[in-house]
Amino acid sequence: MAANTNLPLRDRSTALIHGRKRTGERVVIGTLASAAIVSILVTIGIVLALLGPSLEFFRDVSLGEFFTTTTWAPLFTPPRYGVVPLLTGTLSTTFWACVICLPLGLGSAIYLSEYASRRVRAAVKPVLEVLAGIPTVVLGYFALTFLTPLLRSIGWQVDIFNAFSAGVIIGVLLLPTVASLSEDAMKAVPSSLREGSFGLGANRFQVSTRVVVPAAVSGIAASMVLAVSRAIGETTIVLIAAGQLAQTTLMPGDAVETMTAFIAATGSGDVSVGTIAYKTIFAVGLTLFVITLALNIVAIRMVRRFREVYE
Amino acid sequence: MVEIEAQPDAAPTQMATRGVPLNVAGVATRTAPTDLSVEQPELVFDCREIGVRYNGVRALRDVNLQIRRNAVTALIGPSGCGKSTFLRCLNRMNDLIPGAEVDGVCLYHDEDLYGPNIDAIEVRKRIGMVFQKPNPFPKSIYDNIAFGPRVVGLKDHLDDRIEEALRRAALWDEVKDRLKEGALSLSGGQQQRLCIARALAVEPDVILMDEPCSALDPISTAAIEDLMTSLKTDYTVVIVTHNMQQAARVADTTAFFSTDQGETGTRCGVLIEVAATEKIFTKPENERTEAYVTGRFG
Amino acid sequence: MNAANRTASTAAANAVASSLVGRRQRSVGARLFLFYLVFSTGFGLVALAVLLGTILVDGLPFLDLTLLTGAPSSNPGMAGARPAILASIMVAIVLVATALPLAVATGVYLEEFAPRDRWWIRLIELNIQNLAAIPSIIFGILGLAFLVRGLGLGPVLLAGALILGLQMLPTVIIAAREALRAVPASVRQGGMALGATRLQVVWREVLPAAIPGIATGSILGLSRAVGETAPLLMVGAATFVSYNPGLLTQYTVLPILIYQWMRLPQADFQGLAAAAIIVLLALLIAMNGFAIWMRNRHERKW
Repeated sequence: MAANTNLPLRDRSTALIHGRKRTGERVVIGTLASAAIVSILVTIGIVLALLGPSLEFFRDVSLGEFFTTTTWAPLFTPPRYGVVPLLTGTLSTTFWACVICLPLGLGSAIYLSEYASRRVRAAVKPVLEVLAGIPTVVLGYFALTFLTPLLRSIGWQVDIFNAFSAGVIIGVLLLPTVASLSEDAMKAVPSSLREGSFGLGANRFQVSTRVVVPAAVSGIAASMVLAVSRAIGETTIVLIAAGQLAQTTLMPGDAVETMTAFIAATGSGDVSVGTIAYKTIFAVGLTLFVITLALNIVAIRMVRRFREVYE
Repeated sequence: MVEIEAQPDAAPTQMATRGVPLNVAGVATRTAPTDLSVEQPELVFDCREIGVRYNGVRALRDVNLQIRRNAVTALIGPSGCGKSTFLRCLNRMNDLIPGAEVDGVCLYHDEDLYGPNIDAIEVRKRIGMVFQKPNPFPKSIYDNIAFGPRVVGLKDHLDDRIEEALRRAALWDEVKDRLKEGALSLSGGQQQRLCIARALAVEPDVILMDEPCSALDPISTAAIEDLMTSLKTDYTVVIVTHNMQQAARVADTTAFFSTDQGETGTRCGVLIEVAATEKIFTKPENERTEAYVTGRFG
Repeated sequence: MNAANRTASTAAANAVASSLVGRRQRSVGARLFLFYLVFSTGFGLVALAVLLGTILVDGLPFLDLTLLTGAPSSNPGMAGARPAILASIMVAIVLVATALPLAVATGVYLEEFAPRDRWWIRLIELNIQNLAAIPSIIFGILGLAFLVRGLGLGPVLLAGALILGLQMLPTVIIAAREALRAVPASVRQGGMALGATRLQVVWREVLPAAIPGIATGSILGLSRAVGETAPLLMVGAATFVSYNPGLLTQYTVLPILIYQWMRLPQADFQGLAAAAIIVLLALLIAMNGFAIWMRNRHERKW
């Protein structure tokens, strides 16, 4: 192990261990920190954008009138500002979305996590991810041009734009989300729990339903709350397939207008800035924001609780 | 994108012309300090009343220990008695643990390591560390060793530096034909020697080893123990080991740690006895040391 | 053992043996459950297959060179999607140049440099998690409010891309943090023990190791952004632009063109919409494929 004496040594006198200013590094880290500030600015921007016009709106229209009137007709004379039809519209589409995505998403997750062989899982998971990546405008097209005529052809006389078709397709959109988040939750359950149960003679059905799902319940619940939140916030599919008729109805076959569809339609339309009609965009937007914010906070809390148990 | 360059530690002209002492074999001894006007002190570390608290809970207290130059010092004792914690004090690695506080004085060549102006980064360039589980970077063997010199600013003669580091770590012959292969393709023992070579490439003064062989098979362990003995010619080595026999084989000085009931009733590490290895194992002064080395408790 | 005992023990042994052997009988409940599981999984797969099938059947007849190279027109025979295709590609490029580095920088800061226990760091993290779940239309409102009143950029491509970028930020930040977290702590410890600064360790060792994960997360965010409709509707992505778009001109993107074509009365425009959907899906597949290829090239087998 001959040492090469030709290499210049580092100067290692101990005087060097006194503090050096590393300004270049501080600049870089400071830049990175300011990038993190941007996210705060975005939220502040959203809140400001929503609050300003909304507060002006609620000076002219009382909260009571807003939340209890069952007619929404801001551009009519006389204008009516009851948000209830928009709420029932959102409720209706979200309901049908949940009927599809919650049970079927959970079922897929249980199958992939507990029953499927590695090959099946490797084949199916990417396909579900593709489904999650389909742009919403494509799904809206599918709802309008395939599902609604299909329903009519089997005898159910739904309106051309109806809550059911839109809702079901939103459910299809969100199924992979529920499936993958629930599957993550179930995968995090330690295999020792399963092995212990199998060792006691339980079959797969019992292990899945009585051991794994209960152990993963907060992660599963979080995925469902997240799905509901996203169903409420979905715009394009309802814009295309649910309609723009603000009526207070819960019949699945009726045309409805959701909060999101109203915002999108009015925001891209010809309403002039500064009018009450313009401010309705923000008032409805604020309502939507508050509802989804509440759901998101619940979901985030649930995820944190589920992570704490296993990490 | 910004390229992060380290500043070279000193101008090149200062380097090669210093009168570096040569030993009998004509090999340059790489020992610090380089100030030759003062007689070189025997002590590398002089630790007085060193203690560590994690989030207020005391884990180690009142350690008075001196580490001599060009020797292997072993820290032995049962699990949980603060040996690794103390080792991390020597190169400021406890700084990286949130909530860790070090009290006492640790003099390194008469400099207080925890003094107000001390740059921990510079400290670690002089006091290197090898960990219990080998942790090579997920890159090629070459890039692993080159990391240190690149970061420290020694960009010249990189190939030579890497060869020398690998030779000193007794790994050169095994990997010289596959330097560009992944470090993770090496066996456990080879990876650990790679980590040693990586530390050597930064030209440290001291090498700390935290249970370096506990994750390795006996043959690799033997190779690394031989390495420790040869490294002490040029470096100062401090190792933490669970294995008493290892300490008996390689160490010149051995320090025995154990636990005491701490201030609040929690267990806390203390230094029981430190002496020449032979004395610790044959004629220990403290009865707890004797109980441990004779195997009465572990 | 006398004969009676021997017979009894043999019978007992046979009983045990036969209860272990034999096909497992599923209870009715278990069978129904399995059916539900397979149905659930199959539902998603079948839905995707039918969806793609419908699109192809409706759209392929209308997929021709005019669609790819022509400009929108009120005559379905001559209508094309070229400006929209170009605009979608340009939006993707702007996002890669602006939102992506910003998101990765934020992720790196939060994961590697930010002090863990300060309250304002927790706030930033919570904020990002929340932003990731905000409906996209709200970002449209943000754009509407600040473009019409604030910046005065107007309904130009750059503005739309920036809004999409803001929406994309949280997803990519979260993905970048996961990728960085997956790099073992031993790498960082080893690097710092060699006397490197934290920035040097992150830049030279941690970030390169995390690039595959970051790339996957980025592509996900990018694909979603390119397929978005709602926020751009709100910031005035005009409908029928016939010239090639630039950063500061009016524009329309593929999803919005598809949406507008669907609203036109002529039946041919429905088919054109389906054909444009095929183009959009092809664009997304190309983007994803490119990212996967780049990721594989970078991810050498150590």
